[in-house]
Amino acid sequence: MEIDPFVFRLSIFILSIFVGYYVVWSVTPSLHTPLMSVTNAISSVIIVGAIIAALAGKGNVIFNQASIFGYLAIILAAVNIFGGFLVTQRMLAMYKKKKK
Amino acid sequence: MISVNLLAMFYLISGVLFILALRGLSSPETSRQGNFFGILGMSIAVVVTFLSIGNFSISFVYVIAFLLIGGSIGAIIAFKIPMTAMPELVAGFHSLVGLAAVFVAISAFLNPDAFNLGTIGNIKLASLIEMSIGAAVGAITFSGSIIAFLKLRGIMSGAPITFPGQHILNLIILISIIGLTYFLCATQSSSLFWTLILISFLVGILLIIPIGGADMPVVISMLNSYSGWAAAGIGFTLENTALIITGALVGSSGAILSYIMCKGMNRSFFSVIMGGFGGTDQVIQSNNKEQKPVKSGNSDDAAFLMKNASSVIIVPGYGMAVAQAQHALREMVDTLKKNGVKVSYAIHPVAGRMPGHMNVLLAEANVPYDEVFELEEINNDFANCDVAYVIGANDVTNPVAKTDPQSPIYGMPILDVEKAKSVLFVKRSLSPGYAGVDNDLFYRENTLMLFADAKKMTEDIIKSF
Repeated sequence: MEIDPFVFRLSIFILSIFVGYYVVWSVTPSLHTPLMSVTNAISSVIIVGAIIAALAGKGNVIFNQASIFGYLAIILAAVNIFGGFLVTQRMLAMYKKKKK
Repeated sequence: MISVNLLAMFYLISGVLFILALRGLSSPETSRQGNFFGILGMSIAVVVTFLSIGNFSISFVYVIAFLLIGGSIGAIIAFKIPMTAMPELVAGFHSLVGLAAVFVAISAFLNPDAFNLGTIGNIKLASLIEMSIGAAVGAITFSGSIIAFLKLRGIMSGAPITFPGQHILNLIILISIIGLTYFLCATQSSSLFWTLILISFLVGILLIIPIGGADMPVVISMLNSYSGWAAAGIGFTLENTALIITGALVGSSGAILSYIMCKGMNRSFFSVIMGGFGGTDQVIQSNNKEQKPVKSGNSDDAAFLMKNASSVIIVPGYGMAVAQAQHALREMVDTLKKNGVKVSYAIHPVAGRMPGHMNVLLAEANVPYDEVFELEEINNDFANCDVAYVIGANDVTNPVAKTDPQSPIYGMPILDVEKAKSVLFVKRSLSPGYAGVDNDLFYRENTLMLFADAKKMTEDIIKSF
């Protein structure tokens, strides 16, 4: 009997929750705002689904019912990716140590 | 075209880079490198997706164009947004992730071929369930974040909106969502799919409107978590490792932040969700206390006290953000430091409207992060400090939380400000804070109230030095 690939994905998912749990507890509280903005940015990796959806049009049809939603999702996710990483960068650049 | 296995390896690398991005945030020194890992992981995921499809026709040009349009909008927002507006921005971004998840789920439903999920009307059962979960959670995240955004922005009142039968209504809707998913799987009907999404939008709204302004830090963290679970749901549908890993990371991250925020307020997660806290109906009990004697002073008194102190602890809160007083505050502290006064900052976990909000504002005003301390680190120092300067904080300093079991904020961890030799409390009036509780600190022997706008008062103190 072969194991259903779903079980592998579920394993990855469960283990990642644990990884996330320990990694996030080690985040210093002063960086909790950047943590939120960067998690925002990385969860927009959903853009890969949007790209697949957008490019799935058959033949010369660029915009069909399904791909339009893909294109819209690309815009939304792109706002988030660029916005999220850049605003995180901007915040992190402000954290400075005391001048000795 | 690259092979499916190679593609999966690259997505795995992206996932690992995202873990490293979060790991970097364990200290400010490593955080910038962490952000770079995040950007790298994202670039890898996007590039290999293009390579895997290998469709570099005219539609590819459109994809790039749309990506750049979205990207420039995001970049402009990122550079323009003032740091005080971070809570709204994060809520807004959450809504976009949610909506993107809904859109991807819709296009997967309309064109399952493209994702190897079967054909229209004959989608694999597991995929259909995953798709429904992703779409429903995404829709809840979207509409919930919109409400949170409107409340934080002040477009909608922060007061909780409650009505009789609210919880029963929510329960009925929740059950109907499960029922809809079941029938959707049985019939593959597209109208059921659309209904599911619409109802989920409604749930998001109903879920957030009863939650009051004081609980906003929990709401933002909770929506952060939801956006992660939505992404994970879509990740299962698309069989994409990067998305599954990221979804799990973001989901647990938001859940932990919600937990930390709840603990900071000594409220159970459940009671926050049920809502109704932070309204105006709790104010009544404090009316009889207003006659108690209060000592008030001016900027000269405050300047005198602080200049002659050997150590001062600053307690900033949301009021500082509203008044944009952080820059004036840092100037004041610079002057004090020149006079040999030891100054540190004390931050309560729920100060501000989102986790870590105060730290960002202080960092923006060039306050070095090693002068800023968390509650546990600094609370014992209040007993040995000469002056505590409370600017824009209220509930988090209220000693009632330790003494009065009747108080709604009883048991909430507070900063022991009252132990300082003298307390300077900058506030516009004696009105209670968000929790609607009168602050006992106002009437203490060692408290001097400074009735003014936070920024104005701080600037006046600088002049008085």
